Amino acid sequence: MPPEPQTPPQSLEAAQQQHRSEAAPRWTQRLHGLGPVIGLALLCIAGTLLNGDFATLDNAMNVLTRTAFIGIIAVGMCFVIISGGIDLSVGSMAALIAGSVIMFINWAGPASGSPLLAVVMGAVLAVVLGAVFGLAHGLLITKGRIEPFIVTLGTLGIFRAYLTYFADGGALTLDNELSDLYAPVYYASLAGIPVPVWVFVIVAIIGGVILNRTAYGRYVQAIGSNEQVARYAAVDVDRVKILTYVLLGVCVGIATLLYVPRLGSASPTTGLLWELEAIAAVIVGGTALKGGVGSITGTVVGAILLSVISNILNLTSIISVYLNAAVQGFVIIIVAFLQRGRR
Amino acid sequence: MTTFTRRIALTAVAAAAFASLPALAAEKVNLGVSIPAATHSFMGGINYWANQAKKDLEKEHKDLKITIKTAANAPEQANQLQDLSTVTKINALVVFPFESAALTKPVAQVKAKGAYVTVVDRGLTDTSAQDAYVAGDNTAFGKIPAEYIVKQLGGKGNVVALRGIATTLDNERMDAFNAVLKGSPDIKLLDAKYANWNRDDAFKVTQDYLTRFKNIDAIWAADDDMAVGVLKAIEQAKRDDIKIIFGGAGAKGMVKTIMDGKDKRITADVSYSPKFIYDAIKLTAEARLKGEKLPATTIIPSVLITKENAKDFYHPNSPF
Repeated sequence: MPPEPQTPPQSLEAAQQQHRSEAAPRWTQRLHGLGPVIGLALLCIAGTLLNGDFATLDNAMNVLTRTAFIGIIAVGMCFVIISGGIDLSVGSMAALIAGSVIMFINWAGPASGSPLLAVVMGAVLAVVLGAVFGLAHGLLITKGRIEPFIVTLGTLGIFRAYLTYFADGGALTLDNELSDLYAPVYYASLAGIPVPVWVFVIVAIIGGVILNRTAYGRYVQAIGSNEQVARYAAVDVDRVKILTYVLLGVCVGIATLLYVPRLGSASPTTGLLWELEAIAAVIVGGTALKGGVGSITGTVVGAILLSVISNILNLTSIISVYLNAAVQGFVIIIVAFLQRGRR
Repeated sequence: MTTFTRRIALTAVAAAAFASLPALAAEKVNLGVSIPAATHSFMGGINYWANQAKKDLEKEHKDLKITIKTAANAPEQANQLQDLSTVTKINALVVFPFESAALTKPVAQVKAKGAYVTVVDRGLTDTSAQDAYVAGDNTAFGKIPAEYIVKQLGGKGNVVALRGIATTLDNERMDAFNAVLKGSPDIKLLDAKYANWNRDDAFKVTQDYLTRFKNIDAIWAADDDMAVGVLKAIEQAKRDDIKIIFGGAGAKGMVKTIMDGKDKRITADVSYSPKFIYDAIKLTAEARLKGEKLPATTIIPSVLITKENAKDFYHPNSPF
């Protein structure tokens, strides 16, 4: 047990609190929860020292905008992981949705005569496709009783293979005029903050509210802690689990509808390894891979942390480019160490 | 154990070399083609041109049969080579190896069974496992853009570069690029970072270059896919200091831009067409049909693509 502060308790409440926290002092617990935040703060200080341009508003916005895709997916992934599941297919799913949306908009633009309508319908299609893919995962996992790892490993291959097939091994590209119309969704700003960042913030807030303030959120955590007990407590485990995958699918859809206007194209390399980045963001953010506990705030910080690392590496050349991945690895492990719980 | 198997392999290779010396003319050619699956645009192009070669050549020659296998990774390619050799019973092979080291032995085994082997693009670590080698010119791939950039900037300016994935091929290109810049001390290469031949990574790396360097005259994107990401990042940052963006490989979109003069920053490219797989298959098939051999090394030259010759490099039907 770490030493207690020497100053006497200032109020009765504080005294009680000290009393209550016998097993593990509260401040260390809080420190663990703050691990990712501390890591991020240290990284930002390091970044500023290495290159003054790091601390500019433009760079901060670049990093946050970039993080938006992985961040939004990570919010959905957080639910799946807390419920004790996993989804390895999100990168491939994003790629397939991006490809499908591009093909659809290219077709609907001339066919409907209204490019704007085509783009709007394309964006809706992204979310619908995500929900449908998520539903398929959920049904296979709960009703089909196949391990989530296997189901999503299977669809990881399926989704990407279909994109490659549709793209004929090359790239699917949005027609120029339609691409210009769609571009503001990624490139425009509202009140100085890029649209993707707004969406990221909104998704994170909604995610946080669902997880912490609704019965559904409680069920997700209960199932992740102990599925059998949740079942005895009359929680409709299957429905809750299916919904987590649908939620994740919707998040992937939202991330993709923001992603498509960035380059206006999808290729077989689109979304490669996003699943690992999203899972890493969730775990670095303090969620237990075995499920039960987790936080959306941590996940958001985790996602930002991951992209800040590569941003700093790009802004400096003190480390050999061959070692970039190693730096990323070291930081992830150090942050995970800072936030390790009492598991 | 390794020395033992290596000795066996070497003996086998030597035996095969003797056995295949008297080339039999007018024999039916059963040609196997082993290439990586279409996981990115360039490989999409490789697949397209391999299938195109099969279509054209089988129509032209009655005695030729071509079997194409695509593999997702090196072990799978090794298995497919075994299948081609034992099940399809090929007597000639054109292989685009996933990796040099891992596929040297599997290719040597195919050769040991008497097939004529042409290796494409990535050389094997033991060249005795191949009869012929056909490749693009990676040195020119780095040299041509460097010379073009130096000339266009009048020997003075700031350059940033993107790199692909850490491979010997990428190193050759970068070394050639650096070698040219050495001759022009007023051209400064500010940095060169990996963007994995990927549009998204190129976008991010370029964004950070633009944050870091306030004045950039030229960007060597080193690949046409990466150039797409570079362009978008510049567009977003609304920077107008960049005068030259140089891609590489000659993707159809890029060639079209040069042909139409659509973007004054993109006026040239360097060819490194996936069509070399077509050439390799054609050369091998036709040589074997006549019972001839190919020269040990054939380099398909990389040349500068400008507005004048762009139409020769424009293949609208290819996915690349």
